[in-house]
Amino acid sequence: MRLASRLVHSLQKQPFLHTIAVETNQQKPLLISSIMAQSLLGSSPAYRSNFLKSSASTSTISGSKLKFSEIEQTKLGFLRSSKSSLALRLKASREGVGLVQETKENPPKLITKSDDGIDSFAEMKHRFLSFKQQIYLENLERYQSLAEAQAPKFMVISCADSRVCPSYILGFQPGEAFVVRNVANLVPPFENGPCETNAALEFSVNTLEVENILVTGHSCCGGIRALMSMEDEEKSSFIKNWVIVGKEARSNTKATTFNLSFDQQCTHCEKESINNSLMNLLTYPWVKERVAKGLLSIHGGYYNFVDCTYEKWTLDSSSEQETSGYAIKNREFWS
Amino acid sequence: MSKYFKGDAAASKQVSSIGDELDKDKNYVGHKNITTLQATPQSSTFDPIERIKYGFKCFKIDEFNKHPDYYSKLAEKQEPKFLIFACSDSRVSPTNILNLRPGEAFMARNIANMVPAFNQLKQAGVGAIIEYAIVALKVEVIFVIGHSRCGGIERLLSLPNVDTSFDFIDDWVSIGQPAKAKVIAQNPCASDEELFTLIEKESVMNSLVNLLSYPYVRTGVADKKLKLMGGHYDFVNGNFQIMEVDYDIKPTIDI
Repeated sequence: MRLASRLVHSLQKQPFLHTIAVETNQQKPLLISSIMAQSLLGSSPAYRSNFLKSSASTSTISGSKLKFSEIEQTKLGFLRSSKSSLALRLKASREGVGLVQETKENPPKLITKSDDGIDSFAEMKHRFLSFKQQIYLENLERYQSLAEAQAPKFMVISCADSRVCPSYILGFQPGEAFVVRNVANLVPPFENGPCETNAALEFSVNTLEVENILVTGHSCCGGIRALMSMEDEEKSSFIKNWVIVGKEARSNTKATTFNLSFDQQCTHCEKESINNSLMNLLTYPWVKERVAKGLLSIHGGYYNFVDCTYEKWTLDSSSEQETSGYAIKNREFWS
Repeated sequence: MSKYFKGDAAASKQVSSIGDELDKDKNYVGHKNITTLQATPQSSTFDPIERIKYGFKCFKIDEFNKHPDYYSKLAEKQEPKFLIFACSDSRVSPTNILNLRPGEAFMARNIANMVPAFNQLKQAGVGAIIEYAIVALKVEVIFVIGHSRCGGIERLLSLPNVDTSFDFIDDWVSIGQPAKAKVIAQNPCASDEELFTLIEKESVMNSLVNLLSYPYVRTGVADKKLKLMGGHYDFVNGNFQIMEVDYDIKPTIDI
């Protein structure tokens, strides 16, 4: 095995315009031929949800209106740690927001698969240098401060799906969120033993002492789809051995949505699985302890990238029932 | 007492979130790929929900709504070219530093960006990521990115001489043990700081080697459909190092 190591640029703390010629602030990432496949994955989730109670408030930013439906504080459902949870029928009012704006700007230039031998190395180099020039050097003092220590307020557990990076869709900047990404944003329970997800959980809760954990799921999740479609007779695979962590979400879903289409069931399971993961978080003693002391809040989030909406809710830690159930509170729907 | 793993309490009080700072800085030009963060109302207490609501609003207005065709195609199917392994560290999101857009990279993030060797009895999480990326998504490049001042690597370096044991962390970072052993053996006179950086980079190489223990990775590399790359982001000095790895896998010979 031959190793070729190249140092991209060993730049000193001085404007590197002296060393290479770069374009102005208007430069865009290197153009790569973007050929998007036309084939469809399958029908988009048709399931629309409507909240039981909602009040809408509007706010205006830069001439655009966004509506936020806030749910009144009610016990919409119980999340039970041991038994199957009540069917959490999520109903959200779907109001048109009229925000789609067709512009004359070119769509983003992407790195996608193509046959013309893209030089991944060159593209990464270009991207990093853009970041360095436009962001890193422009905010040097902040980055130097951050290099000394990180103190993120969030730990985020997100899916590895290329479309749902929390840095992108929730705008997390460097230093804000400690992020774990795995297939289907699952959190296995304490008794399953060590894995990469609970190692990160242990670090973020005990060492970084984050104040918030957000488990964020999304629409059209391949991992959840695999969970919902797997059969016992199938040959074992890594995917199967991993998504089985969500088996309780699957059985809850199948029990309560048997009259819905498979796509709709998957959508329901995506949300059910988030709640399952929230409950699994509480199986970790050091998580439960900090939640009980009010030092740690646990949130669930769901990103629908078909409609570009985000739903969010918080575990109500003061509501632990004798039957080990928890209520949720502060459910919001952003569209 | 380790400096980076424990998280210096005094330093953490001084370090404010860049996001909060940027919100107040009207001159800040947002990163091209993410959003141009606009000033939020001044607030003396941090509200996590307001923070993510604001981030989502900016994404929707500045990105999603401006490129409806792109995002509607993406909603139907993802076809990322990359599978990226990056550290969970809040400072090293590849989306930030490499200007990645939705749809470009299937991304795994864990402590110290490690890839364990193929083992069907455990580590199903990482195995599922690799399996899905190669078999279902048919990615073309696997990119493992390490970084400076990695708390996970520091923990690995400290083991077993630690005051407190962390069951899950210690089990996980031990994946990098071969990298640690190699670096220490080859650099008997290096300082802790030097060892730290060397192990960060050697651990990336160790993960690339571990990737080859997955049958579908090996097949992809042998068929030249899959490329492996390593990287190291040094946020102390603002550098990025890329390692391209060449493998020469020859056909088997029947004796």
